[in-house]
Amino acid sequence: MSKKKEIDDRFKKFGTVSFTSVTKVNDFIDYLEKGKVMGTRCQDCGTVFFPPRADCYHCLSRNVEWFEISGKGKLVSYSKLKYAPVGFEGDLPYSIALVDYGDYKIFGRLASDIPDDEVRLGMEMKTVVNKLPNGQLNYVFEKA
Amino acid sequence: MEKVAIIGVGQSAFVRGYPGSIRELAFEGFKEAMEDAKVSVSDIDASIICSAPEYDKQRSPSGVFAEYLGLIPQPTCYLESLCSSTSTGLRMAYSLVKSGLHDAVAVLGFQKMSEISSAESQERMGRGADIQWESPFGTMMPAYYAMFAKAHMEKYGTTLDDMALVRVKAATYGPINEKALFRKPVTLEMFTDPNHFMSGPVAIPLRVGDCCANADGSSCLIVASEEKAKALSKKPVWIRGLGAASASVNMAGRDLVTGLAVARQASEQAYKMAGVTPKDIDVAEVHDCFTISEILAYEDLDFAKPGEGKELVKSKETYKEGSIPTNVDGGLLSKGHPIGATGGSQIRTIVLQLRGEAGDMQVKDPEIGLVHNIGGVGLYGNVTILGR
Repeated sequence: MSKKKEIDDRFKKFGTVSFTSVTKVNDFIDYLEKGKVMGTRCQDCGTVFFPPRADCYHCLSRNVEWFEISGKGKLVSYSKLKYAPVGFEGDLPYSIALVDYGDYKIFGRLASDIPDDEVRLGMEMKTVVNKLPNGQLNYVFEKA
Repeated sequence: MEKVAIIGVGQSAFVRGYPGSIRELAFEGFKEAMEDAKVSVSDIDASIICSAPEYDKQRSPSGVFAEYLGLIPQPTCYLESLCSSTSTGLRMAYSLVKSGLHDAVAVLGFQKMSEISSAESQERMGRGADIQWESPFGTMMPAYYAMFAKAHMEKYGTTLDDMALVRVKAATYGPINEKALFRKPVTLEMFTDPNHFMSGPVAIPLRVGDCCANADGSSCLIVASEEKAKALSKKPVWIRGLGAASASVNMAGRDLVTGLAVARQASEQAYKMAGVTPKDIDVAEVHDCFTISEILAYEDLDFAKPGEGKELVKSKETYKEGSIPTNVDGGLLSKGHPIGATGGSQIRTIVLQLRGEAGDMQVKDPEIGLVHNIGGVGLYGNVTILGR
């Protein structure tokens, strides 16, 4: 009797609705569970990736290592949604946003407790892990 | 140098709830293009079928359409670059003809979006972005473009009224385009009246009136070699310049948020290939999926300096009587946006303009026209320059 191979589908836990379940960077989810948002860095050429990637297009290496997103970035732009795609209606209203850390940028959501009138382009933000009401995990940007 | 022409153009009316199947919808644009070109199916050597996937159940529509349109046993294939699919199709048809492999190629774009709900459609469109890293945050096209709008407003002082004026311009021409979905005039006051549906927020700062509508439609272009075009057509329109580019699917990979890099790159290529400058363009079609998109397009195409795009619509330079008439067929905002059919409709408009057959929409004696067609949120960019 052959034992059925277990599928590593940890990535299905990412975001309100995940459209991907299996990826070589599934450890991203384990790090989220530990409260860490991680990117990857190529060990051969040093290229930094966010979102994290398992493969380096610069030097075609697969030797990538994890690094933790830390410090502050700057808010590049954002939009508050008043209407949502199927599966996200329960999250409304929410704001998607882009934050620039210099060496890389991060796309995500603004923390829901930031008052609208306190959001400014260019403001300093930090990226933190967020647990969603449905038990899923993502990350959000908070005022730094 | 052997030239390549467009000898036939057609499109269906763009509607909500087309009362037929996708192959029947495809026939609408095809019939008009074939009758326009005055050719028969035996004149067509190959077909390229274009749409964005997952709006209908048919997998591999090319074979189904080729059979329904009478284009078998000629080779056919399916091609997509989201909203710019037909422009990409034209680029491929140009290559097939220019290489000498074929003398005449039909490029057919279609989309039947009414089979799914608006929210489902937003989800499909959201998945035209990065499904692994972005879609789980609940993304949709208006919200992405809203981020560009917010950044543009902040950097250049573009206002909500400036964006609304793009819609007002589009709605000036919707009523005179019999193929358009939205044929009523729009006023600036509708955007400031909190009780009017046009002012309702979708993704801040974009309002309902800033967004184009889903539609069902098809479009078709008949592309031919110089020899065949001269033999068959009294008014061939020549493909003078082609430009195309791609960008990072994830916003995290974008350095520019106040314009679309793909449009800048594609237009540089197209201007260079055609040997023209922005000042030489007599009439243009730009991808106004949102009002802000048209302002970005003016700047990315170098019709205006970065930040000054809004001035073109405020001064009415992009109206029919202006120096660079743009989207005088109503644009996506008035016509509706059946994704895979949109590029072909834009190209059709420019072909009709260059032939002097645009009816009430006709601008004065244009010689060179430009089409700017974007796929996704600046994920794919196509710029095509056509001439008499």
